[in-house]
Amino acid sequence: MSDQYVLEARSLVKEFKGFVAVDDVNLNIQKGHIHALIGPNGAGKTTVFNLLTKFLIPTRGKILFKGEDITPLKSAAIARKGMVRSFQISAVFPHMTALENIRVALQSFEGNSFSFWKSGASLNRLNERSMELLEAVGLTEFANTTTVELAYGRKRALELATTLAMEPEILLLDEPTQGMGTEDVDRVVELVRKAAQGRTVLMVEHNLSVVSKLCDRITVLAQGAVLTEGDYDAVSANPRVREVYMGTGSSGERGAVPEEEAAP
Amino acid sequence: MSQTDIQSDIQASILRQQKTENRRKLILNGVLLVLLLLAPFVLYPVFLMKILCFALFAVAFNLLFGFTGLLSFGHAAFLATGGYTTGYLLSNFSGLTTEMGIIAGTLVATLLGLGFALLSIRRQGIYFAMVTLALAQLVFFFFVQAPFTGGEDGMHGVPRGELFGLINLEDNLNMYYFVLAVFLGCYLLVQRIVSSPYGHVLKAIKQNESRAVSLGYKVDRYKILAFVISAALAGLAGSMKSVVFQLASLNDAHWHMSGEVILMTLIGGMGTLLGPVLGATLVVNIEYQLGQGPLRDWVDPILGGIFVLTVLAFRSGIVGEVQKFVRKNMG
Repeated sequence: MSDQYVLEARSLVKEFKGFVAVDDVNLNIQKGHIHALIGPNGAGKTTVFNLLTKFLIPTRGKILFKGEDITPLKSAAIARKGMVRSFQISAVFPHMTALENIRVALQSFEGNSFSFWKSGASLNRLNERSMELLEAVGLTEFANTTTVELAYGRKRALELATTLAMEPEILLLDEPTQGMGTEDVDRVVELVRKAAQGRTVLMVEHNLSVVSKLCDRITVLAQGAVLTEGDYDAVSANPRVREVYMGTGSSGERGAVPEEEAAP
Repeated sequence: MSQTDIQSDIQASILRQQKTENRRKLILNGVLLVLLLLAPFVLYPVFLMKILCFALFAVAFNLLFGFTGLLSFGHAAFLATGGYTTGYLLSNFSGLTTEMGIIAGTLVATLLGLGFALLSIRRQGIYFAMVTLALAQLVFFFFVQAPFTGGEDGMHGVPRGELFGLINLEDNLNMYYFVLAVFLGCYLLVQRIVSSPYGHVLKAIKQNESRAVSLGYKVDRYKILAFVISAALAGLAGSMKSVVFQLASLNDAHWHMSGEVILMTLIGGMGTLLGPVLGATLVVNIEYQLGQGPLRDWVDPILGGIFVLTVLAFRSGIVGEVQKFVRKNMG
């Protein structure tokens, strides 16, 4: 059973003072799947992400990675085990070049990160692998550009390349297409598809057309609890999901029935 | 041209750029070295040594503030601890040569730095500054009360002694070249640290801490190391200062001193190598020049005004602004 699932959450609960943000959430992420976590604003998607990667400490519950209980581990240790996350707001190192951004990730496994006496030139042997990763996300020509000068979509691509540099077994992507125009969205969809080869991906995503194109399985969260789980067709046909997304009677700012948004 | 060719082209150009930068650094260091070697023949050596000690103090502080992003408001504690320890040992144990006293002072400050770091490193931003300030105040009151420090009067008559038991440091020129050698060694060390693999991690932590965590870095450990190195160098500055002036005083432990080193670093340019050196030079000069004249009582308001001006108008400090200008007009 545990071989099948890379990542499991069991009865995960997060309480803030007088408020239950995540309520008894169970997740089973199957190996090789692209698994989406969707739900209306405030459903607790990002909180679940933060719990899984221990950026927040769960009040109760267990997290298993490849069957091993990783609940007591810290964020950095979890990343080293092969579970690497991205952030909703593009997480790059703004005053480093694109190449240096990747190198910092590669360096994480080099064992020289405390060597304050060594020359910086010792990092140059990571350049080649870094260039390959930049190539994979189409950023070759920006290798020597300071990241802060890159366009938004390229920053996200760089972030993805940096995450891939960690050779993660499971990628946790927090709204990878947030704030992007259609063209960039299509590019990211392709990137994620490429990155997911031989890996497992768990992603929070608002854009349901992205979800329908990419994801094998979908978990819908509402008010901190799992509403339903299934493939895209099953989930989008579920009347309760429609209700949550529509709101009752109000026109709803997201206001989309999954099927409609999924239309090309 | 194939994709691999383009890649290796870009890699080569990056390596070339690194080389040019290294050469520029080397030339700048060379010019600085010549100026500092000749300086005591033009200017009063004791004054120059004062500048060098404060410059080292600021360089040490900047490693933590400018390159790691941690604002310590308690660095006076390390300056004073280095100074008092060295002063006490050299005054009371005549068998000790000067460099042993200085090494001992530096070590004690390093240990104190480790203690500070362990207690404060998990706090963020303003809370980190407050914890370091509170700890430094504890150290201040310890030095006020401790019997060996001379309290408000300070510790006078610290013997300069002989370096390695050979070179007479009573001679101002000898003393100057010793201080200069130590300063340059530390400056080059910080330069190396900043560009080392470790320095790159510090940079990453400063620019986006949670991202560094998500890349598997245990950031607290990196910060603790930076804090300890910074405290060690600040202690070394204090140790040398007490030998140069033959005096360790309560001023060095006062929170005012922790503020002054922030001022020096900001004016000169935080996160640059030369910035704190220039900032320390300016502040020491302003204090000295104005202290002589009719504006004597206005030193603090004037420094305060410069501080406000820097923060409002030249946020990257003098060296930072010059670097920006050069990059804009020559790159």
